[in-house]
Amino acid sequence: MDRHFSPPDYRERVRRRAAATPVVKNAARAFLVGGAICAVGQGLYIPLARLTDPRQASVWVTVILIFAAAALTGLGLFDRLARHAGAGTLLPVTGFANSVVSPALDSRSEGLVLGVGAKIFSIAGPVILYATLAGSLYGLALWVASLFA
Amino acid sequence: MTEEIVLSLVRAFVVGGALCVAAQLLIDLTALTPARILVSFVCAGVALGALGWYEPLVGFAGAGASVPLIGFGGAIARGVREAVEEEGLLGVLSGPLSAASAGTAAALLFGYGAALLFRSKPKRT
Repeated sequence: MDRHFSPPDYRERVRRRAAATPVVKNAARAFLVGGAICAVGQGLYIPLARLTDPRQASVWVTVILIFAAAALTGLGLFDRLARHAGAGTLLPVTGFANSVVSPALDSRSEGLVLGVGAKIFSIAGPVILYATLAGSLYGLALWVASLFA
Repeated sequence: MTEEIVLSLVRAFVVGGALCVAAQLLIDLTALTPARILVSFVCAGVALGALGWYEPLVGFAGAGASVPLIGFGGAIARGVREAVEEEGLLGVLSGPLSAASAGTAAALLFGYGAALLFRSKPKRT
C-alpha cells in the first residue's frame, strides 16, 4: 500500500475522515449565547449610564462581565457553557476574562510567580501585544498627519 | 421609554450575536484558533475605530458592539486618538494601554483571585 501522500492529498483525506462540523448549529448557538451576553451588558448599561457618564458606565459593564466570567470559570461552570456556546462566550469580553482566569487556575500548582504569574498572560499576552501594536500604529499615523495639518 | 429600552436590548442582542456568528464561522470554516480570533477581533476593533466606524456602531448597538472584543479595540483607538491630541508623540505610547487598562486590570486581578480561591477542575472534552 502506498503510504506517501502529497500534502494536498493528505489534507483531503484528513478532511474526509474528520467528523463534519455542525456549522449551522454552532452558528445558531453562538448567536443566541453571544447575543444574550450582549443584551445582559446592555441591561446593565442602561441603569449605570444614569448613575455615571456613558463612558464610565460602559467600562463598568465590562468590569462586571469580567467578574462574572472569572467567578463562573473558578466554579467550573464557564467551561460547561463555553463547550456549547463556542464563539458566543469567546468573543464577548467574557472570553477574554476566561482566557486570563483559566490558565491562572490551571497553573496554580506550578507556583505563584512562574506558574500563575506567567501563565495568566498566555492568551491575554498576545491580545494585549497586538492591541498595543495596532493602537500605536494608529497613533503614529495620527501624529504624523498632525505634523502636516 | 420602556419601548426604547426593549429596542436597545434587541439591537444589542442582534449585533452582538451577529459578531459572535462571524467569529464562530471563522473558527469552523478557517480553523483559526480561539486565541487568533481574539487577537483578530481586537485589531479589527482598532481598525474600525481608526476609520471612524466604531462610534456609530456603538451608538446603534450599545453593548452589542462594546461587549464583543471589537469594543476593546474601539476603546483603544479612541484612547490613542485622545492621547495623541493631548500629548503628541508621547500619546502614541501612553494611549493604547491606558485605554485598555480597566478591563485588563480587572481580568488580571479577578484571575489571580480565582487562582487563589478555586482549584482547577478536571477538563471534560
